Amino acid sequence: MTEAVKLKLSKKDLESDQDVRWCPGCGDYAILATVQRTLAQLGIRRENTVFISGIGCSSRFPYYMNTYGFHTIHGRAPAIASGLKVTRPELDVWVITGDGDGLSIGGNHMIHALRRNMDLKILLFNNQIYGLTKGQYSPTSAVGTRAPSTPSGSIDHPLNPISLALGSGATFVARAADTDAKLMGSILEQAYRHKGAVFIELLQNCPVFNDGVWEGVKDDPAGKQVHLVEGKSLVFAGGTKGIRLGAGMVPEIVDVVDGDTSGLLVHTEKGSPLYAHLLAQLVQPDFPMPMGILYRTERTTYEQLAQAQIDDAVAKQGPGDLTKLMYSGMVWEVGADGTRH
Amino acid sequence: METKHLDRVVIRFVGDSGDGMQLTGTEFAKAAAEAGNDISTFPDFPAEIRAPAGSLFGVSGFQLHFSSSEIHTPGDAPDVLVAMNPAGLKTNLKDLVDTGTLIVNTGAFIEANLKKAGYKSNPLEDGTLAKYKVHAVDINHLTMTALEGSELSNKEKGRAKNFFALGLVFWMYGREPEGEIRRIHQQFAKKPGYGEANVKVFKAGYHYGETAEVFQTVYKVPPATFKPGMYRNITGNEAIALGLVVGADLAGKKLFYAGYPITPASSILHSLAKYKNFGTMTFQAEDEIAAMGAALGAAFGGSIAVTASSGPGIALKGEAMGLGVMTELPVVILNIQRGGPSTGLPTKTEQSDLSQSLFGRNGESPLPVLAAKSPGDTFYCAVEAVKIATRYMVPVILLSDGYIANGSEPWPLPNLAAMPRFDVVHRTDPQSYFVYERDPKTLARAWVVPGTPGLEHRIGGIEKDALTGNISYAPENHEKQTHVRAEKVQRIAQDIGELDLSGAESGEVLLIGWGGTYGALRQAQQSLAAQGKSVSHAHLRWLSPLEPGLAKIIHNFKRVVVAELNTGQLRMVLRAQFLVDAIGLNKIQGLPFKVAEVVAAIEKELGVAATKTTSAATQAQANA
Repeated sequence: MTEAVKLKLSKKDLESDQDVRWCPGCGDYAILATVQRTLAQLGIRRENTVFISGIGCSSRFPYYMNTYGFHTIHGRAPAIASGLKVTRPELDVWVITGDGDGLSIGGNHMIHALRRNMDLKILLFNNQIYGLTKGQYSPTSAVGTRAPSTPSGSIDHPLNPISLALGSGATFVARAADTDAKLMGSILEQAYRHKGAVFIELLQNCPVFNDGVWEGVKDDPAGKQVHLVEGKSLVFAGGTKGIRLGAGMVPEIVDVVDGDTSGLLVHTEKGSPLYAHLLAQLVQPDFPMPMGILYRTERTTYEQLAQAQIDDAVAKQGPGDLTKLMYSGMVWEVGADGTRH
Repeated sequence: METKHLDRVVIRFVGDSGDGMQLTGTEFAKAAAEAGNDISTFPDFPAEIRAPAGSLFGVSGFQLHFSSSEIHTPGDAPDVLVAMNPAGLKTNLKDLVDTGTLIVNTGAFIEANLKKAGYKSNPLEDGTLAKYKVHAVDINHLTMTALEGSELSNKEKGRAKNFFALGLVFWMYGREPEGEIRRIHQQFAKKPGYGEANVKVFKAGYHYGETAEVFQTVYKVPPATFKPGMYRNITGNEAIALGLVVGADLAGKKLFYAGYPITPASSILHSLAKYKNFGTMTFQAEDEIAAMGAALGAAFGGSIAVTASSGPGIALKGEAMGLGVMTELPVVILNIQRGGPSTGLPTKTEQSDLSQSLFGRNGESPLPVLAAKSPGDTFYCAVEAVKIATRYMVPVILLSDGYIANGSEPWPLPNLAAMPRFDVVHRTDPQSYFVYERDPKTLARAWVVPGTPGLEHRIGGIEKDALTGNISYAPENHEKQTHVRAEKVQRIAQDIGELDLSGAESGEVLLIGWGGTYGALRQAQQSLAAQGKSVSHAHLRWLSPLEPGLAKIIHNFKRVVVAELNTGQLRMVLRAQFLVDAIGLNKIQGLPFKVAEVVAAIEKELGVAATKTTSAATQAQANA
């Protein structure tokens, strides 16, 4: 991270001169605004910040950021970002992807970037649909999703992005809704300060092809979200309900009477991966969705390890000597008479 | 004991893929190089790591050509065949020259192995080998005897038998055994028990030659004469790795190499992974696409970015290569070709990815393509690829193939100090910067890297405005950008050296080749020219753009023959480009050309050319 000189920036400083081309009402607008505002508040250095994306509606994001940006090809953003980060570790590299881009065509790159713990901040905009190609069901669509490609309803089981990220070895896993600027801002700030692979699932609304798919989740007073707060019990619905672990490690919803939270699960970001995996399994319609930072841990990043090997080689062998390298192996001299000496 | 002097020898070692034939061949090649011979090698092995013992498909071979004069190829046919088992004999005997020498490990000629090799009777006894000079040696038994009392298991002892064969040929060709003994000890330093055993067996083989009365002649191939200077023995993949390191150094930049394991490219990654103290970073990606992607990311960040693969992997990289074309980033893409399509012939050579290199991406996406002609030449091609990629801001494809990747030759070491530098300068001036503003000479856009204040910009795969780099779907702009991307590749011609032409600039037959066929083609042309035949050979280093020198001469010949290890991919291009009635000499067997094949093909065309001359003369007479 490059925070040596904290610059006074406004949101406007992070807006590029390009017209934003998303559909009116798209959740991407809210995400863009929150990212711009948060990074401005953090006083980032624009020249040291790079946004890299794949293909899809969300992947147009870099064009609208007044930083360095690379709009790449479908699914490959984590791979391209990895090549940049490992060679230029001083840069802040953000990856913008969607549920189709990051979990379907680019699923392989996603899991490997996370397991390596590349210091990439990956924002996955999950709207449960392919938008740019006009509304096909995606790997996170619920079973039965009717779309042009599935007129009788989709039949494949949806993928849980948080479970995938945890299983892949991400060291910072969080979730926020597109319109929850406060929560998203706070997650982005902590993600920015985290050294390692960040995976943030942003529940994003596509007003054209999948309008309202997250409505049930966003309606917090109705008890559809659990706000994760470090050291606090998992309560929701205005503090009237809570989650505890029953027999066989089956999570259960219980009523909270007179504010008595004893026996409920208590949130710890740096808890065991087992706990984080359990949180990931709390999904609609049976459970409220956990929002906030689900898990974080410290692990040396790939680029640190890669650089350490180079430093170690230089320390042990000395800086590379090209002539010596060329003359390694079986070398001989041919004299003026044309024969070997 | 008689000593006979020979000018040149072609020897081939064959056995099971677990018999250590590659090691035996490599060691004998080193000894030949050490003794001052010119050498050329051709390892030929199956894709299976340890194919079932005794099977025909599991035979692994290594051919070595060593000579007292300059040679370009591993030789058309072996003069000596060392067969460690019946399967090896069965699959290779047809190649041995008549009256050739055959050394057979009789210990392996047991019923079961004969059956596996498809022999109904024992060829050692049924007269099959009558026309050859046969040395029947029970190498299995002699190896075990040499290791009597050793603590190794019988299985471990048996593994040393290739060193018996090596010792025997060392004696036959009068090689000094001391160097080899030293090398074995070095190689097995971590397993001294094996080292000891191998040396014992090697010596046993050597002394067997000396004492067994069957070998009455020692053959000496005197040293060849070379241009004075320092030399080393090198394979194509070793040289290409060195070329990348040197190329990055000449550009004043760090090297980043991303790869995914694939035959026959993997050993480049292995070499570069050892060069960390040069600041070289290697990245074993999760797949071929990621390797290309990571290279693009590193190029965006200002590294000399390289990825390598073989045909199947290059196919996977195609879309990302197109992104490199669109965003005009310098990346070097190595294709170590093998037989295709699909998985094809993983360990065999072919030149069938030329069309893929030239046309294998969506849209109009021209790329510069060059091809190395020999193991040592891959070094210079790698340096040139780095230079062109950074100078023109474009991905460059460098073609090698399995034959030159694994083959070795004595290589005159380059004088690094004399190699011109091409230091990269990144633009840092924020005044009136436009992403696609171009250098008037090279048409390159400026290489601006993240971290540069005031030059923040966005690039991507969507078509961009020809100046500002903003997204543009404007019809005229797309046409303009399409043409400028093509023109940029064509402009590389201004940096291409002289055409590699042997023979006159006009005549009866022009033989055109590219890549790893160089040795056979050049030798064929030279031997025909020595007989006074009117044949020239042009060997192309650059396939895109085509070498400017070719246009000047291609119409000066009566017949144009394009020799390729494919069905005619370059020929198609040349016919389209020059409207010339080029004839193909094509071989698609996973094997390199033999000199004799090329000579025969050219002789045929010389005949046609002669007829043409006659008919033209007749026509002229008639007209008169």
